[in-house]
Amino acid sequence: MTPSSEAPTQARGSAISVRDLRVSYGEREILHGISFDVCAGETLVILGGSGSGKSTLLRTLVGLERPTSGEIWLGGKNMATITPKELNDLRKTIGMSFQGSALFGSMTVGENVSLPLREHSPLDASTIEIMVRLKLDQVGLAGYENYMPAQLSGGMKKRAAVARAMSMDPQILFFDEPSAGLDPIIAAGIDELILKLKKAFGMTCVVVTHELPSAFLIGDRMILLDRGVIVANGTKDEIQSSTQPRVRQFLDRIAEPELEDELSYLQMLIGDESVVRK
Amino acid sequence: MAITDTVGRGTIDTLAYVGQLARLIARATVAVFTKTQGQGARYRRALHQAMAVGIEALPIISLITFFVGIILALQSAHELKRFGAMEFVPNAVALSLTRELGPLMTAIIVIGRSGSAFAAEIGTMKVSEEIDALETMALDPVRFLVAPKLVAMLIMMPCLTMWADFMGIVGGATFGILGAGFTFGSYFRATLDALLKEDIVTGLIKAFMFGLVITAVGCQEGFLTGLGSEQVGRSTTTAVVKSIFLVIVVDLAFTALFYFTSPS
Repeated sequence: MTPSSEAPTQARGSAISVRDLRVSYGEREILHGISFDVCAGETLVILGGSGSGKSTLLRTLVGLERPTSGEIWLGGKNMATITPKELNDLRKTIGMSFQGSALFGSMTVGENVSLPLREHSPLDASTIEIMVRLKLDQVGLAGYENYMPAQLSGGMKKRAAVARAMSMDPQILFFDEPSAGLDPIIAAGIDELILKLKKAFGMTCVVVTHELPSAFLIGDRMILLDRGVIVANGTKDEIQSSTQPRVRQFLDRIAEPELEDELSYLQMLIGDESVVRK
Repeated sequence: MAITDTVGRGTIDTLAYVGQLARLIARATVAVFTKTQGQGARYRRALHQAMAVGIEALPIISLITFFVGIILALQSAHELKRFGAMEFVPNAVALSLTRELGPLMTAIIVIGRSGSAFAAEIGTMKVSEEIDALETMALDPVRFLVAPKLVAMLIMMPCLTMWADFMGIVGGATFGILGAGFTFGSYFRATLDALLKEDIVTGLIKAFMFGLVITAVGCQEGFLTGLGSEQVGRSTTTAVVKSIFLVIVVDLAFTALFYFTSPS
């Protein structure tokens, strides 16, 4: 599909529309022509195993990777043909929380959260300070403005990252593995935070995760990626009741079968798609 | 054929790398002179960088160039003594320092301290997705990270070089007074008589260019860091090695330029 300047294929009421998206790293194609929509105000969970392409998809949605072909409609703009200035303007309306939190180690928590406001808004310093306290309070980190990121626990860093992502009151929030590396109690706290923010602000959220309990708690709809293609797309119940073999293997946590045949093992190593599975 | 292929590829890769450095410096220069929101914070970052690049380097630069001054005086005296021309020791020390060794020694020390630190800082940020975080917040990493470093380096390198020249001359004077029969006043009078304005200016121009190279290579290697903490170490080492090499190349180019353009 050739990129277009209008949005003929963007679904009505959708915050994000993806059509026939292909992304490659050099010669290697990672996403093979995927299409889906994210409705305004809903939480879409992108599920998938390691190497399925979910991180690549997330990075492409926020403009960190360029599509090889296809369209991504976000905020009325096609990310495949957007100019750098338009991309910058669009990024002021979205927020992203990274897997490792990506807080700037040389700044305090308060400075991290206030950075987008200081750089992009005309607010004075005292107003920004109030906004920072408000955002930190919303994520349960009231009073931590002057702490350095190194002084925080893993869960607190994630919360601070969410506060920073929210500082410009974005329309869409992206989360990359929000529960990764956290113990179940802290992970549950992050899930509750996402649910609370969605309920309070009606934000559209896109969450990449492979944590099934978290996904089914916070997601309204889900897509399951497997080796760069969408194998399932639907509500929680539709995904849960799917009989598609790869979906069932993922949801039921069934390991890949051992390859006993030497030829099959060799074919698997060289990436032959015709390997026969038992 | 394999040798010519290797040389050809190496030449093209080197030219492409120099092009990348030039592009980075051009973007950073534009960022310095473009007025935007948050400018106050950038000035504070530039000041912080200037302290780290300049003020904190003073002790080590003082010590090293003081010793270099003594070494130059000793080596000069060793030969000049044979011709009964010891009165030219201040000339040899002053001219060698201001035209060449002052800027070069300063650049090498700054590479080790600051060039490597730039690569390590930006490389670590790349590995922990902080560069990506900047981009998703619509903040240009070059404006945010490179521009303050460039301003700090271009101000501090000439200043550090002048201080290095002074400390080297003091080192030479130490030998001159203790081992060559000079007095404090006679040594420094001889030094001032030997120096022309162009001796100092050429050295400062070199220092300015060295500052550009050190900033560009340190930051570029940081941005090119691959995944993993091991790659940060690799980037830091590469930044130091490439910076030293390019500083020598720039030194050669400008020395030749000054030689062929100076009035005889």
